[in-house]
Amino acid sequence: MASHDDRSGKGGGAKVRLYARRPDIFPRAVDGFYRRLKWAIMAVTLAIYYVTPWLRWDRGPYAPDQAVLIDLAHRRFYFFSIEIWPHEFYYVAGLLVMAGVGLFLVTSTIGRAWCGYACPQTVWTDLFLHVERFIDGDRNAQFRLKKAPWGMAKIGKRVAKHGVWLVIGLLTGGAWIFYFADAPALARALIAGTAAPVAYGTIAVLTATTYGLGGLMREQVCIYMCPWPRIQAAMLDERSLIVTYKDWRGEPRGHGLKRDAEGNAKASAKVGDCIDCNACVAVCPTGIDIRDGAQMACITCALCIDACDQMMAKVGRPRGLIDYATLEDCRAEAAGAPPVPIRRTVLRPRTFLYLGLWSAVGLAMLFMLGARTRLDLHVAHDRNPLWVRMSDGSIRNGYTLKLRNMESRPRDVTLTLEGLPGATLWGAMQAEEERGATLHFTLPPDRVSEQRIYVRAPAADGKGQDFDFILAATDSEGGQDRDRSTFERPEEQP
Amino acid sequence: MTDKQRDPAEGAGPQSMGHEWDGIEELNNPLPRWWLWTFYATILFAIGYCVVYPAIPMLHSATPGVSGWSSRGQLAAETAQAEAARAQMTAQLASVDISTLDPASPLMRAAVEGGRAAFRINCVQCHGSGAAGSKGYPNLNDDDWLWGGTMAEIHQTIAHGIRQPDDADTRLSQMPAFGRDGILQPAEIDDVVSFVRNAARLEGASASARRGAALFETNCAVCHGANAKGGREFGAPDLTDAIWLYGSDREALTQTIANARYGVMPAWAHRLDPATINMLTAYVHQLGGGE
Repeated sequence: MASHDDRSGKGGGAKVRLYARRPDIFPRAVDGFYRRLKWAIMAVTLAIYYVTPWLRWDRGPYAPDQAVLIDLAHRRFYFFSIEIWPHEFYYVAGLLVMAGVGLFLVTSTIGRAWCGYACPQTVWTDLFLHVERFIDGDRNAQFRLKKAPWGMAKIGKRVAKHGVWLVIGLLTGGAWIFYFADAPALARALIAGTAAPVAYGTIAVLTATTYGLGGLMREQVCIYMCPWPRIQAAMLDERSLIVTYKDWRGEPRGHGLKRDAEGNAKASAKVGDCIDCNACVAVCPTGIDIRDGAQMACITCALCIDACDQMMAKVGRPRGLIDYATLEDCRAEAAGAPPVPIRRTVLRPRTFLYLGLWSAVGLAMLFMLGARTRLDLHVAHDRNPLWVRMSDGSIRNGYTLKLRNMESRPRDVTLTLEGLPGATLWGAMQAEEERGATLHFTLPPDRVSEQRIYVRAPAADGKGQDFDFILAATDSEGGQDRDRSTFERPEEQP
Repeated sequence: MTDKQRDPAEGAGPQSMGHEWDGIEELNNPLPRWWLWTFYATILFAIGYCVVYPAIPMLHSATPGVSGWSSRGQLAAETAQAEAARAQMTAQLASVDISTLDPASPLMRAAVEGGRAAFRINCVQCHGSGAAGSKGYPNLNDDDWLWGGTMAEIHQTIAHGIRQPDDADTRLSQMPAFGRDGILQPAEIDDVVSFVRNAARLEGASASARRGAALFETNCAVCHGANAKGGREFGAPDLTDAIWLYGSDREALTQTIANARYGVMPAWAHRLDPATINMLTAYVHQLGGGE
């Protein structure tokens, strides 16, 4: 943060502002191992985002064939072979727990890798930076263009840049809504102008946020808005992998010193490997100087490692003046120990603990998903009247049944009673003469249906009685569910 | 604001108001412009609102406002809209013969729901919110009917009421007050009570019940039937079943025979439109005892 404060102080002078001005950050293009890794991850994550809604998955005639679909209108979430109903929202809670533990796992093994490589803010900002460099030129050209007076060339470049950004934003928002409706149908409707206003509204909002967050605010989001860097600061320790400048090797910085073939400075005193070329600062997308030490604004994108390695190669020094390392290993190295391989940091008890926790939650969810019933019965006793005395002296109770069929096909079921001697039951829509010990009906597919039924039993000794309703599927797949209810009887005699 | 560098001598920073107490000076820190403009905008909005909408309270009502909007007017418009939306269904229900309607048809379902609402307004005072009735007011959920439980019979009862002298088609009958009018002596009434309770299997056979059988034959069987199973043409209850409108203990039965009962119900045709009566019929019929 020190570097930020320095620059924001510039030009303060007479007028003191409540907020620091955003410093200009025009990161220089760089190539290297980590840059190529970032390219690969960007390609994969963007592909997942844009392609997923177009994947198809056959679920039969009663359900949509989109592989991943959040069907808000019908309150269903489809994920390949998994279908989540609103009452199973705890699976989503489980996924969030897994995501949380997953972030702990990643942080404890490879530090802020989420921030540096996979966070949508990072991926889209990276994309926007490439667009900017493609149109405006590299770092120095962008500084010149900013200072240049407004002319046709500058206006043209600005229009082109913001235009491309808006198009990217539009495509981002456009892809988002395909997760909420059948993608091909919605795409046709969007182009024809017949889609729902909320679809256009969502695209407009997401276009604006993508353009604003990725194009205009960029690192400000990470530094000021995002809670994750703060949480992460609490989780990093001496043994966490972070991007580190090895000051014991680099200091004192030898700016512009001539060196001999062995790379040793000719001048009298000891001079470090850092040649103060500022390449690490020039490529940083958050505009910090990594040589100030570990800091919250560092998203560990590792571009400074690439930049420094290039420089070290040019001046003939070993790579890794800036590198992924733990603070503990840094100190050991400074004291003369050999560099520690990364896997020693990655493979430590904490990693396995988090991995175990993460897997346990995942396995528990998979087990519950596999073992869940596809047939659900819920019985509600009539509240008014609690009981009805019939002319032959027997007692009738009314019940409302909620029957959930989670299969995407109609199912034949049988309803029976257990624990209520002498009871018969019939549907409210049936004639009472059809009553019997069991009730057969067909449940509509993929829906919660409601049935009113009556149960008639002898008056007995005037006490209420708990008993079970049992719903059993009669088809080959089977499965059953039961629910407990009460049979109420009047205490007083007629 | 505390971090502002202030040097009054150079004229930078907020202006002093010229007061100073113990070295603490009052400064003039004007409100931010955007705040002021927002404030003025709210004032303008309030003036505009007072002109357009009812706003200022007068003696009898508020000033009307140029738009003419009022919450009562809005309610009336929305009610009219709801009624217009239901007009077709109401017209159909007013003319249809409810007893011939398919129980699964949408019109029947609408009738039942409409009947549920109408029942809550007009009927719950006596029959209770669950239609389970109470002493003197029949339970509409059971399978025992005084005047009949088919759609047509229920419709007739609702439309023309019970024992309404103003309605020619009303359900009319009158049980004699056997005790009060001196038709039977108290001992005879006691015997009839014994017989009735024996017929309803509430107590065993006895000499009193055998005496009561002869008295029942002469005095009661004309309406309640020789087997005491009642007669719907007179609204005479079945005395052998488990359902008792006024109670089945000896005291209640003695009361009933000595002073008679004269339950009444309004003739709703004079108060409700045909569609609502049809809806009430459909609702009552599906409560569980419809025939």
